[in-house]
Amino acid sequence: MNLLRDSLLVAGKDLRIERRSRVALQQILPFGGIVLIMFGFALDPDRGLLARVAPGLFWTAVLLASLLAVTRAFAIEDTNNARDGLRMAGLDGAAIFLGKAAAIAAQLALLEVVLGIGVVVLYDVEVRGIVLLVCTAVAATIGLAATGTVYGVLASGVRARETLVPLLVLPAVTPVMLGGTRAFEAALDGVPSDGWPWVQLLVAFGALAVIAGIMAFAPLLEEG
Amino acid sequence: MRVVTLRSAVCLLGRFPALAGADLEVDAGEVVLLAGPNGAGKTTLLRLCAGLLPLRDGSAEVLGHDLARDRQSLRREVGLVGHETFGYDDLTVAENLTFATRAAGRDRAAADAALTRVGLTRVADVAHGRLSQGQRRRLSLAIALARDPRLLLLDEPHAGLDEDARAVVDEVLTAAPAEGRTVLIATHEVERARHHITREVRIAAGRVHEVPRSVPAALQAAP
Repeated sequence: MNLLRDSLLVAGKDLRIERRSRVALQQILPFGGIVLIMFGFALDPDRGLLARVAPGLFWTAVLLASLLAVTRAFAIEDTNNARDGLRMAGLDGAAIFLGKAAAIAAQLALLEVVLGIGVVVLYDVEVRGIVLLVCTAVAATIGLAATGTVYGVLASGVRARETLVPLLVLPAVTPVMLGGTRAFEAALDGVPSDGWPWVQLLVAFGALAVIAGIMAFAPLLEEG
Repeated sequence: MRVVTLRSAVCLLGRFPALAGADLEVDAGEVVLLAGPNGAGKTTLLRLCAGLLPLRDGSAEVLGHDLARDRQSLRREVGLVGHETFGYDDLTVAENLTFATRAAGRDRAAADAALTRVGLTRVADVAHGRLSQGQRRRLSLAIALARDPRLLLLDEPHAGLDEDARAVVDEVLTAAPAEGRTVLIATHEVERARHHITREVRIAAGRVHEVPRSVPAALQAAP
């Protein structure tokens, strides 16, 4: 019960800071939109190709934007040495991990809704399996947020954090890119039932990332 | 009851031994002044006692917690006012205080009482990022007090404060024994602090030296 209470406390704190600073709304969201539009410019001559590769482009935009969200989530702990305040707060490391991951996941969920609408409008795709689409997005978001939180705290004590986070996170979330793209392909233009094995992969990856985060976050927070 | 026991404690900052075999014993209810020049190891000693730095050698026990094994649970019982405020610029004074208080498992009343005690009620709804340096340090003190710590660690608590705020720090020092609090204070305002302390130690080159009470003030300033 304390774990849930403390996780919500950390998540609430991070989301309140994001609401006030509007970094997610004014920088991360537009960045994801710009990536989608740039892909549109690059592939526009072949309208059919754009619709076919829409799932991959969507998840590429989400992954790139998620790097900003992860970096931002730990940048707020560097100002005024708030990281030491968090350590002094007496919260369990697992609660801090779950709270920060939940806040990142909430921002990514908002980003995915907006980018999803953008893909449908800009790339002219047809959605056939909405349930598969939602389940894929939920499982992928959990895996992405959990992995990002683990590598975010690992990189947060390093001076070159901004460049290190992409190097660490992008290879680690390859299963999200792969599973998300394949499941979305099935949901958008293929046979939805073909997508469920990929959702299972995403669920397994997300579960592993959460367990690894719960176990590793506290020592990584101490080392940073 | 013994609150702090350091025996040949070694603490490294990178490869530099900021504490090089420090010995210190502090009993409950004491207000101990840590005096010493810049770079002597005062801040390192306070951060070690807060459970923020690992012990590299020797032994250290604070509030019954062995620092070599259990720093996490110690932190719940310690309040630290450091050089930085630990506050979030985009949260208000009240929100910063409420977060720290709830994280420590205490209720809203504790946060309100601490806010009133340090005289920040008027700026409760102002963002931390808009506070003056003095107001930030008051908030830092409020956060430490709201957790009702058994051990209060103050690192240059008078720095950057106006006379009203200094009086608040003095009041906290004076009231500490009656509130069941032990205090370690590092400050360069030695003369001011001496009015409120029960004992003084001097830190030089990472080692702690007891300053006898009978030694005249002029000699106490010597290394």
